[in-house]
Amino acid sequence: MNLWNRGIICAIGFVTLTAAISAAEMPGVTDKEIKIGNTMPYSGPASAYGTIGKAINAYFNKVNAEGGINGRSIRFISLDDGYSPPKTKEQIRKLVEKEKVLLVFQSLGTPTNAAVHSYLNKKRVPQLFVATGASKWSDPENFPWTMGWQPNYQTEGQIYGSYILKNHPDGKIGILYQNDDYGKDYMIGLKKGLGDRSNSMIVAEESYETTSPTIDSQIIKLKASGANIFFNVTTPKFAAQAIKKIFDFNWKPVHFLNNVSASVGAVLKPAGLEKSQGIISVSYYMDPTDPHYQNTEGMKRWQKFMADYFPEGNRKESLNMYGYLVAQTMVHVLKKCGDNLTRENVMKHAANIRNLKLDTLYEGIEVNTSPSDFRPVESMQPTVFKGESFVPLGEIVKSGNDKIQ
Amino acid sequence: MPEVENHAVHPDSKSGVPESSSKTIGLTDVEWRRLAFVLSLSFAVILPFVFEGFTTFQFTLAGIYAIAILGLNLLSGFNGQISLGHSTFYGIGAYTSAIMINQLEVPAYWTIPAAALICLSFGFIFGLTVTRLEGLYLALATFALAIATPQILKSKHVEQWTGGVQGLDVYKPDVPQALPLEADQWWYFVVLGILLLMLWCTKNLVNSRSGRAMIAIRDNPIAARSMGINTSLYKALTFGCSGLYAGTAGALSAIVIEYVAPDSFTFVLSFFFLTGMVIGGMASIPGVIFGALFVLFLPNFAEDFSKNLAYAIFGILLIATVYAMPSGSAGLFSAILTRLKQKLNQ
Repeated sequence: MNLWNRGIICAIGFVTLTAAISAAEMPGVTDKEIKIGNTMPYSGPASAYGTIGKAINAYFNKVNAEGGINGRSIRFISLDDGYSPPKTKEQIRKLVEKEKVLLVFQSLGTPTNAAVHSYLNKKRVPQLFVATGASKWSDPENFPWTMGWQPNYQTEGQIYGSYILKNHPDGKIGILYQNDDYGKDYMIGLKKGLGDRSNSMIVAEESYETTSPTIDSQIIKLKASGANIFFNVTTPKFAAQAIKKIFDFNWKPVHFLNNVSASVGAVLKPAGLEKSQGIISVSYYMDPTDPHYQNTEGMKRWQKFMADYFPEGNRKESLNMYGYLVAQTMVHVLKKCGDNLTRENVMKHAANIRNLKLDTLYEGIEVNTSPSDFRPVESMQPTVFKGESFVPLGEIVKSGNDKIQ
Repeated sequence: MPEVENHAVHPDSKSGVPESSSKTIGLTDVEWRRLAFVLSLSFAVILPFVFEGFTTFQFTLAGIYAIAILGLNLLSGFNGQISLGHSTFYGIGAYTSAIMINQLEVPAYWTIPAAALICLSFGFIFGLTVTRLEGLYLALATFALAIATPQILKSKHVEQWTGGVQGLDVYKPDVPQALPLEADQWWYFVVLGILLLMLWCTKNLVNSRSGRAMIAIRDNPIAARSMGINTSLYKALTFGCSGLYAGTAGALSAIVIEYVAPDSFTFVLSFFFLTGMVIGGMASIPGVIFGALFVLFLPNFAEDFSKNLAYAIFGILLIATVYAMPSGSAGLFSAILTRLKQKLNQ
């Protein structure tokens, strides 16, 4: 074999070797494209949340239309799991093993994400910014490949607990909660916030199922218990019913409404604005229907995005805004990675977000993470409903860790 | 998983005498059936070596669904009792296995027969209590069971065992060291083995004295009773057997998916089983395999078509099947075969 041939063979060997190495190290990434996987309940009982996936897809289309991420466009492969954990496992395995996505982003649901939690960590695939408020997603020691995004329900519950302890130390609390992971996490948080006094202060707990038609009987029982503080842990439909019923039954408690339903357009307006005065909640991003914020720069950008890229989406729906914000966070992380789009590097940058401002987060609330802190949004703004909108009540509360006990 | 046998069950096929001596392309009917069985089985065995891990996993899930649908078919197809509550049996099986593995640290393999036995007894007791209910009322009673299951699993009285809404993680045991198989391949073969065993048991059961009693109750309960069949006992026993199948499938699913949660066992799962049974063919044993493949893969195909129409397509196909091919795909298949045979023998 002469030198020339040897050279050619070496060159071929080298090319295939580097191709193999780069393919092995950067799955889901080519010079033109970044593949991102996702599961959403587009069908089934939780299909109302499916709009988040559509909003995210629209935002990635906007990013691609504007030149992509360092020259690469995002391919967002979003599959339906019908909110069924076995289907999630099947779809996520398809995304990882067949589509070979770089990472899994914003998969929705607590049981559905739990079904693939250890699988993705074993496979070392980033499970980024999952769409659930459960507290188990921020555990960098045991699950270094999984990260949540929104403030979790327990810590939000804790904020209400501390607030009640400070401002209504002699209050008697009646609670209405949804009988699932979300409702129970709020309860745990509230009890943590109240500390030793939780047993004496909570005088009634009533639960309902998502399939119940009304919650009238629960409200009657809560009123009869003599509670003067009402902790309302319900999803929009039931929250609106509760606000109406309390007013109709002439019960006048201090009303705490969880963030899940703190929407002017979806809850307070249908219930009646005059019945909603004085409701206290906490929030981290603006309500798209709140007249108070319509003229901020961020809100204008959001409205332009909705008009240009997601015209079929409902502009009053806060879930669409949620999808927009979380997609902005993802794009920020990918841009930071530059051309080094390995799974390790993605996790490294996801865990090193510093003071990231997003378009419609409340003034003063920023996204921050560190290798030991996997909770991107940690602060919340207590608000009270006055006139036609929620107005800030006191200072922003940092809810990220268990210190506020 | 391919079809194991391409024929509906004939009561007299075990006599060893071919029903017709006519030969099609040189082989008798029985020989054709054997050939089809051998071919299908070899295809099933080769399958995990041809496809990658993820596809093998999908076929494993299809096998698990086939076991559950087989149980439902025994109850509804052969005994005429409609059940919308099979997600409950499946769930009990899955939770039995998960709790034993996760909290009592029992080896995973032992939890499968345990789950089967628990579901057998639960099914028998439930069957006894609903023995007077028929048709619509039975469907409603079992539907109530399916609706209640996720809530019961979440309730705080059992939370310390079931893990409540967060569910339980299950740790899948490793592949036996002597075997050069991947985990996906190994569990595929475990499920295939159990499925074959179950198919064989079902075939023998429905061809036995008890099986004929079950079918007689379906076809005419009054005539069956007057012939001396204890209808309530047989109905309850069939319910128990059916529960055993669903429980076995549930236990396997917990191990293969490595996770259980109340949301995995909603009434929607019962509808999936029902759809699979009807599409596969009521009272057809090999039909359950087609039904299972259909239930698993249809939502994936439907998704390419439209993201949120999977359930609508299920509904439409269910109605279409009932009208256009009431005996399901198995019926359609055997009709095509009969035609083909006639053409060839002319």
